[in-house]
Amino acid sequence: MDIHSVDMNQKQQQLKTVSHQTIDILKVMAYTEDDLKKELETKEYEYGFYTDIESDTFPVGLNEEIVRAISKKKEEPEWMTEWRLEAFKVWVAMEEPEWANVKYEKPNFQDISYYSAPNKKPKYDSIDDVDPELLDTFKRLGISLDEQKKLAGVAVDIVMDSVSVATTFKKTLAEKGIIFCSISEAIKEHSELVKKYIGSVVPTKDNFYAALNSAVFSDGSFCYIPKGVRCPMELSTYFRINQAGTGQFERTLVIADEGSYVSYLEGCTAPSRDENQLHAAVVELIALDDAEIKYSTVQNWYPGNAEGKGGVFNFVTKRGICEKNAKISWTQVETGSAVTWKYPSCVLKGDNSVGEFYSIAVTNNYQQADTGTKMIHLGKNTKSTIISKGISAGKSQNSYRGLVQINSRAKNARNFSQCDSLLMGNDCGAHTFPYIEAKNKTAQIEHEATTSKIGEDQIFYCNQRGIDTEKAIALIVNGFSKEVLNKLPMEFAVEAQKLLEISLEGSVG
Amino acid sequence: MELKEKLLSSFIALENQVDIDSQVHDIRSEAIKNFEVMGFPSKKMEAWKYTSLNKVLKHDYSIFPKKEAALEFKDVKNYFLQDIDTYKIIFVDGKYSSHLSETTHDKIDVCLMSSALTHEKYKPVIDAYFNKVAVEDGMTSLNTAFSREGAYIHIPKHKLADKPIEIIHFSTSNEAAIMLQPRNLIVVDENAHVQIVERHQSLASHPVFTNSVTEIFVDKRAYVDYYKIQNDNEEASLVDNTFIEQQQESYCAVHTFSFGGDIIRNNLNFYQKGERIDSVLNGVTILEGKQHVDHNTLVNHIEPNCESHQDYKGIFDEKSTGVFNGKIIVEQEAQKTNAFQSNNNILLSDNATINSKPQLEIFADDVKCSHGCTIGQLDDAALFYMRSRGIAEKEARALLMYAFANNVLENVKIPQLKSRINKLIARKLGVSLGFDL
Repeated sequence: MDIHSVDMNQKQQQLKTVSHQTIDILKVMAYTEDDLKKELETKEYEYGFYTDIESDTFPVGLNEEIVRAISKKKEEPEWMTEWRLEAFKVWVAMEEPEWANVKYEKPNFQDISYYSAPNKKPKYDSIDDVDPELLDTFKRLGISLDEQKKLAGVAVDIVMDSVSVATTFKKTLAEKGIIFCSISEAIKEHSELVKKYIGSVVPTKDNFYAALNSAVFSDGSFCYIPKGVRCPMELSTYFRINQAGTGQFERTLVIADEGSYVSYLEGCTAPSRDENQLHAAVVELIALDDAEIKYSTVQNWYPGNAEGKGGVFNFVTKRGICEKNAKISWTQVETGSAVTWKYPSCVLKGDNSVGEFYSIAVTNNYQQADTGTKMIHLGKNTKSTIISKGISAGKSQNSYRGLVQINSRAKNARNFSQCDSLLMGNDCGAHTFPYIEAKNKTAQIEHEATTSKIGEDQIFYCNQRGIDTEKAIALIVNGFSKEVLNKLPMEFAVEAQKLLEISLEGSVG
Repeated sequence: MELKEKLLSSFIALENQVDIDSQVHDIRSEAIKNFEVMGFPSKKMEAWKYTSLNKVLKHDYSIFPKKEAALEFKDVKNYFLQDIDTYKIIFVDGKYSSHLSETTHDKIDVCLMSSALTHEKYKPVIDAYFNKVAVEDGMTSLNTAFSREGAYIHIPKHKLADKPIEIIHFSTSNEAAIMLQPRNLIVVDENAHVQIVERHQSLASHPVFTNSVTEIFVDKRAYVDYYKIQNDNEEASLVDNTFIEQQQESYCAVHTFSFGGDIIRNNLNFYQKGERIDSVLNGVTILEGKQHVDHNTLVNHIEPNCESHQDYKGIFDEKSTGVFNGKIIVEQEAQKTNAFQSNNNILLSDNATINSKPQLEIFADDVKCSHGCTIGQLDDAALFYMRSRGIAEKEARALLMYAFANNVLENVKIPQLKSRINKLIARKLGVSLGFDL
């Protein structure tokens, strides 16, 4: 802690200015190229601060005792403890997957602390009760609670080191019958809902990291939208890994009951550290008949420094199930993490259901990303759209891996996929691994992929009109990503756009 | 006895029949060891995810055919190209048939692998090229271990093969079940030019399993046009491994027409080892019944300024399965590469399956690469248009399917072969169209 505190102070100073800028931008919404330039001057990972909050951390290692202890700590009912232990048994028998197109030193799972919580963890009724130091953290994150309240009316659930610390706007939501709380609270207070749906979309046996998460998840968000309710505001979760040597395993469960609608945002940051941190989350979405869920992610975990040292391993399982006429839409902007391994998927079970996936993945320096989606068409007249944009710079590797599966009963299923890659520099790689499986003659599937670089003529065109090269590239990258950026809620889109610029800063050769 | 064990013990029998002191035999011994470790591919391997050989491997194959079957020219005449003079290298049950063949040593060498491997005259070529580009996977190693017979074609510098070369492998009902492992070597020197048509044909109703390896070396500015016709009966399975190494400014095109067979697996690999190379991979697949065809292609762009064009079309009816697994690798040095890949499929039945996996792996930034894949049906509006003009539904559908495959057919540069393939397609679609296809 001491080692960090010296240079951290400096950084914090610097960062404060940045985050104020962020807020200003949010207010005015006029974000010009000059603002960008100013921001680019602070080249460091801007969320790389470490908050000095005493936290309650478990000893490193994982065994049945730890699983029991986590469950006990969370004051969970018996069935939950059993469920975790079951998952743990499954996990022990599993092997870490190796098929992804990424290379990294495998984390030692006995070297991680599986539970870390900010120590003074009271139950807050209002924002004013929250530890001022924590609030300051959020301010620096650029998601100051008050600001958010005033500006966007976003209800935020903040998960720090795997434990949910604050849920805002709870009362307003409760009036509509919406439940938005931490998953541990939900396990206690809405156990019938949790019991019914947890593990129904991502079973504990699904994969290595899902099993690990099921055994040790410490917190996460839970959301239930009742029948026919249209959630009046964007719901948002913010994840942060703070403590050193911890892994973050959060679990998100979103249930949209018949005819309801919800838009859900998720953001992530972590402090700069030399060692790799592990993040293995599970997100389950359940869209019942006629419901719609829009799930947006801006992932900005610490990507490691320019030499590829440190950074977060991001191994996430995200999946949603659509019942009749339901719709799930995944939007993601992936700029962080040393290694990303993430495939938000849709199981289109009900007739006429719709799945969408919009993604921008940016890799720079030594980052590696293997990301994509799975669209499983089971019902009749199901539709899916995949738009994936990959931008690779520096020495990074960026892969799209996706599956479109049309089962024999999925009459008139329709899929459109487009994967575009942009390469900047000659040391990076862009890869596409689409899997297309059709078992029904009425299926219509289109898949397109292109790879290109920014054309010299395009830059020349901009230069001619008085736009310098750096700005021209920002402009072109923005245009390249527009289709996806447009799908994000406005406040997020601005942040995402900024992240894109920062991630690619200095990569122009 | 498991097929693998049988093959391993057969290798000892093979050693009694060949010169075991030769360099080639060292390669064979190395390969059998390799095969012993790797064995047959299984569905657990990513490259074989959609194709299982289990059904094929369970038969008790005879590895060395005992006697030569007598095959009269009139019996098999139909399988040769008509109205055109060709060189012919014909094998019956894996054995060379001299009276059906027409080989040459006049300026170019069109002859047998067995003589090339044993005669001193060919040693420099064998040393330089034999087993140099073939990869060491299970199936290829197995073939290398048993490599003894096949076609040997060498077109020296500035020479032109004056007529197309036909390579045909017949299998007869002499044996109960037979496994064939032809090994072909084709060396085309600088500025040379050759057209080759290859065909595997089973004349019996017994299971036939062919594991073929062809190595093709295309030197500077050379031109190779290669056609594979796969229209076998439902008892014949084929694993075809083709490896092509190209030097600068050369052109090589491989056209694969898959119309029949039990399980067909085509491993087609291009390695571009020079600048300004053009590689073309075309395929038309029309299947019904329980047939299964797997096209597994690799184009490795190693040097700058090269091109590759892949175009695979498939029409699948009844319970047939089509697999396309195409991979393009553009290495860091290979700037200004243009690589295109397209895979279009039509499903005619709910029991037919298509699995497509078009992959790009790109490490260079100044490239134009794209791939596209579609799966769909015949256009109802187009069908209606034709039917409203008095064309019967069956014919209208056939016309549409023919049009769908046509741009691949247009690349066939031997007119006689083109009309032959057109006839095959018309028969396949069960129509006789009012014009000469």
